[in-house]
Amino acid sequence: MATLNTQINPRSAEFAGNTAAMLEQVTALRSLLAQVAQGGGTKAQERHTSRGKLLPRDRIDRLLDPGSPFLEIGQLAAHEVYGEDVPAAGVIAGIGRVEGVECMIVANDATVKGGSYYPLTVKKHLRAQTIALQNRLPCIYLVDSGGANLPRQDEVFPDREHFGRIFFNQANMSAQGIPQIAVVMGSCTAGGAYVPAMADEAIMVRQQATIFLAGPPLVKAATGEVVSAEDLGGADVHCRTSGVADHYADNDEHALALARRSVANLNWHKLGKLQRLAPVAPLYAADELYGVVPADAKQPFDVREVIARLVDGSVFDEFKALFGTTLVCGFAHLHGYPVAILANNGILFAEAAQKGAHFIELACQRGIPLLFLQNITGFMVGKKYEEGGIAKHGAKLVTAVACAQVPKFTVIIGGSFGAGNYGMCGRAYDPRFLWMWPNARIGVMGAEQAAGVLAQVKREQSERSGQAFTADDEARLKQPILDQYEHQGHPYYSSARLWDDGVIDPAQTREVLGLALSAALNAPIEPTRFGIFRM
Amino acid sequence: MSRQALTTLLVANRGEIACRVMRTAKAMGLTTVAVHSATDRNARHSREADISVDLGGSKAADSYLQIDKLLAAAKASGAQAIHPGYGFLSENAGFARAIEEAGLIFLGPPASAIDAMGSKSAAKALMETAGVPLVPGYHGEAQDLDTFRTAAERIGYPVLLKASAGGGGKGMKVVEDQSQLADALASAQREAQSSFGDARMLVEKYVLKPRHVEIQVFADQHGNCLYLNERDCSIQRRHQKVVEEAPAPGLPAELRRAMGEAAVRAAQAIGYVGAGTVEFLLDARGEFFFMEMNTRLQVEHPVTEAITGLDLVAWQIRVACGEPLPITQSEVPLMGHAIEVRLYAEDPANDFLPATGTLALYRESAPGPGRRVDSGVSEGDDVSPFYDPMLGKLIAWGEDREQARLRLLAMLGEFAIGGVKTNIAFLQRILAHPAFAAAELDTGFIGRHQEVLLPEATALPEALWEAAAEAWLLSDAARVREDHSHSPWAERSGLRLGLPPCSTLHLCSGGQRQAVTVQHSAPSAWQLQGDQLVHDQAGVRRQHLAIRRGNTLYLRWAGEVHTVSAFDAIAEAEASHGHQGGLGAPMNGNIVRVLVTPGQQVTAGTALVVLEAMKMEHSIRAPHDGTVKALFCEEGEMVSEGAVLVDLEGSGT
Repeated sequence: MATLNTQINPRSAEFAGNTAAMLEQVTALRSLLAQVAQGGGTKAQERHTSRGKLLPRDRIDRLLDPGSPFLEIGQLAAHEVYGEDVPAAGVIAGIGRVEGVECMIVANDATVKGGSYYPLTVKKHLRAQTIALQNRLPCIYLVDSGGANLPRQDEVFPDREHFGRIFFNQANMSAQGIPQIAVVMGSCTAGGAYVPAMADEAIMVRQQATIFLAGPPLVKAATGEVVSAEDLGGADVHCRTSGVADHYADNDEHALALARRSVANLNWHKLGKLQRLAPVAPLYAADELYGVVPADAKQPFDVREVIARLVDGSVFDEFKALFGTTLVCGFAHLHGYPVAILANNGILFAEAAQKGAHFIELACQRGIPLLFLQNITGFMVGKKYEEGGIAKHGAKLVTAVACAQVPKFTVIIGGSFGAGNYGMCGRAYDPRFLWMWPNARIGVMGAEQAAGVLAQVKREQSERSGQAFTADDEARLKQPILDQYEHQGHPYYSSARLWDDGVIDPAQTREVLGLALSAALNAPIEPTRFGIFRM
Repeated sequence: MSRQALTTLLVANRGEIACRVMRTAKAMGLTTVAVHSATDRNARHSREADISVDLGGSKAADSYLQIDKLLAAAKASGAQAIHPGYGFLSENAGFARAIEEAGLIFLGPPASAIDAMGSKSAAKALMETAGVPLVPGYHGEAQDLDTFRTAAERIGYPVLLKASAGGGGKGMKVVEDQSQLADALASAQREAQSSFGDARMLVEKYVLKPRHVEIQVFADQHGNCLYLNERDCSIQRRHQKVVEEAPAPGLPAELRRAMGEAAVRAAQAIGYVGAGTVEFLLDARGEFFFMEMNTRLQVEHPVTEAITGLDLVAWQIRVACGEPLPITQSEVPLMGHAIEVRLYAEDPANDFLPATGTLALYRESAPGPGRRVDSGVSEGDDVSPFYDPMLGKLIAWGEDREQARLRLLAMLGEFAIGGVKTNIAFLQRILAHPAFAAAELDTGFIGRHQEVLLPEATALPEALWEAAAEAWLLSDAARVREDHSHSPWAERSGLRLGLPPCSTLHLCSGGQRQAVTVQHSAPSAWQLQGDQLVHDQAGVRRQHLAIRRGNTLYLRWAGEVHTVSAFDAIAEAEASHGHQGGLGAPMNGNIVRVLVTPGQQVTAGTALVVLEAMKMEHSIRAPHDGTVKALFCEEGEMVSEGAVLVDLEGSGT
């Protein structure tokens, strides 16, 4: 048993400086998240509650077991994307415990643009369903939405990953035995009507919920029939006459209680099996992570200092500690769950890539979840390394990561650049969850490198055409690129577009991972078959 | 008289008094025999007895009042003596006689003494002869003003004019002096005529601010009779004693002696043997008047025991065996002060309606010097509708009255009862009332301080809800999945990403409900240590009893145990739908009258069915106009709480 002993002095000025820098970012994140949690704002909330409806977050709180954590995803979705505020993209999604069962909850926020589906609303809804599918989580949809955002119909309706996919997912999850429960608490029109209609069980709130393929105005236009919304598709119609819904609720609270009963009756079994130990806290406090990460992103830090603050008892059994040392690999337990950790400790060299591929094979053979801690500028470049086959060794790591069927979790704790993002299980490699710390940066390469490459290209062009390329010219060229990369590399930019599942407070990383590991164990841990490793 | 052999004692009673009598009997080396109804098979008194005999039946009339069955039980168990306790057959001369005739010992007075006190008017005549002061009055036929004037002069003002046929305050006038008499009489006669169709009046001395002061007497078979000081039982509700104390505050020694001696004369006048109580009204001027004599051991005898150090039950047994009283009048001790309260299963907020149910939680106050609890129940016992709902008595003794009062308040504060409503808070308010602390006692006490003693229900404070939510979360057994132990989801952290933790509970208590959101991160200021919810705020630690039993939390807050449960939206919705038709029984009981027939039209407020429970009748009335669709009960049937009795169709929806 190897216990990680910290080399950091938490009383040093450097530590204090790092802490202050990180805390500033965490504080900014918290205040942004608090603002997002206000949904459509006070006025819209008052209008909503005056109708006897609970706010979406209150609905979720009442649905959850008292004291249950809520592992929210995509909190920053649509942040500064549309030129208008669409907090959380108008839909709240996350995992919570209901009657002892970890469920994916998707709740429309009718206080945000009537809960209508923007492109990122669709993307977030689908992301929630993907998480549910991969981790085999029962889904509860709290429906209160006007449907697709009509002005943006070309971005929400026709494509593979658009609105229709929601129902495709419902059908296929149901087919796989993943329960689909819909609670209709407001309008649910047109395409949206398929959410309850395709659910395994549907609950409707009387005098509040409506389900119809076409609302009264469209009906009148189409056939001349004049009918009220309630008579057309209210709870009485659907629970007593049409059978579209199964349970009749007096109010939101009643509906949520009925949803809880539905979950209680699932006879739910978690299928993932891991040899668990009793959880033990790390030896070091979680908020010391603030001081571990240097304020200056260019300064390296020993990733073991991070691991020591995440894993049970700070115990970390390192693999190949003396080989390929820029990638730290090792086994640990997190909240009692065994995990195989790959963490960057510098640039990726061929040895590190081979070591990583080997380690992933071990984890998959043993059925141990993989945790990637990304802080990577990329694979090593240069003649020597190309000759050494860095490409084929990098490919080994990418193959191993891509094929690994054990649950994978990625946390970007620093840089995430270029092929390093791929080798360390970026979004394209289907980690079950991917989170970023507020200090993280993501991009095809670093801003400096990108600006440098483009300046180099421009200089060569200028030289070929015999034009001068002054230092001023270079600076003028570089600045917008630097600005763009910095802007687009920021975690908020990433999170707003759902390239990740959220920006998290580093101090909550351990809790988040523990909850995610537990959630992932709803699905069985499948055996892995790797592709060809180029030797 | 020679000492009779007594080895086995049967107690023809139940509840706390049966337990109390058996406690002394056991201490004296006797074998104890309990009798029990079918309902009381597992009641505490039958559990605690050496032998218990099943009488069958449930209602008292079918069980504890069955003289034949009791005598058969004594025979079957080999008991030589029967203690009647109080209530039931304790003042039944026929019972005493039957026991004597069966050759057994009755631990009470001779049947003749019971008879003598049984008839109120005869008893008063007897007392008058014995020189025991009665409330002076005129009960004659002549109704003219002069007769009343003469009578009033003889009695002494103020006097009370009462309708002979009357009751309920109608035709009743207080007359302060002679000048008011003519007008008052005419007015009272008019009122009596219109109320009762009978203008006849009587006049009695108006007892100003009367106190109920009673004397404990004890007589042996050798003609000795002692008075063991007095008890003040002025705190009453509808003639039911609530608080009793000894000695009576402020009673001068010479008055004690005068009353004691009068009581002894009363007892001797009827050839009394054993423990008895002579009840007097004591007015503000120190005059006392005989009311009645109770020919049994009283509920409140422990306060007398506390100030005298005697065991009255032990004396009862010795005297019944023929022993003489062990002390003389001058040797009767009077030490300190004792106060008793009667703990009832009842709902003070609902007109003291008797409460039934299971004592899901029953914790008595800690034992200690000067503390005594006489109870007849323990946790898990049922409080049935068939018998008196008294659970027990709390008695505190102190060097002085204030010490006893504070001690009793502390004991009440330690009591914790859940599952059944009790009068604990009401008792606490009485004892805590400044007028009680100042010993301003008279029988009008509760009525006069009604507003303080029975306050309107107010919204439960936020702080209570917060504490309840904390206790609820802390006591919520982590829902451990069989297929997944130790999941971090089972920790009640209420974790939210980047936001304050949030745990939402919707709780209800006493008909109120509240959604509570707990927002704090661990370590919290709240902790649950065993049965105590500990709150640490700015270095000040406070403890609140908090006991979770399944879906119920019992939380003591400001001296009162609150029953908290999770709000059940489904049950609430179903109840709101269900109420439109069926009318249910408010409690377990016996249907004594069915007043409607199916098809009958009724208006709102019409009594439909009468249910008897705890010796009280409760009418189930139509909540709205409608038609009786169906009846689900018949007269004589036992029904349980919540059972639908009548299906009423109509405009209630």
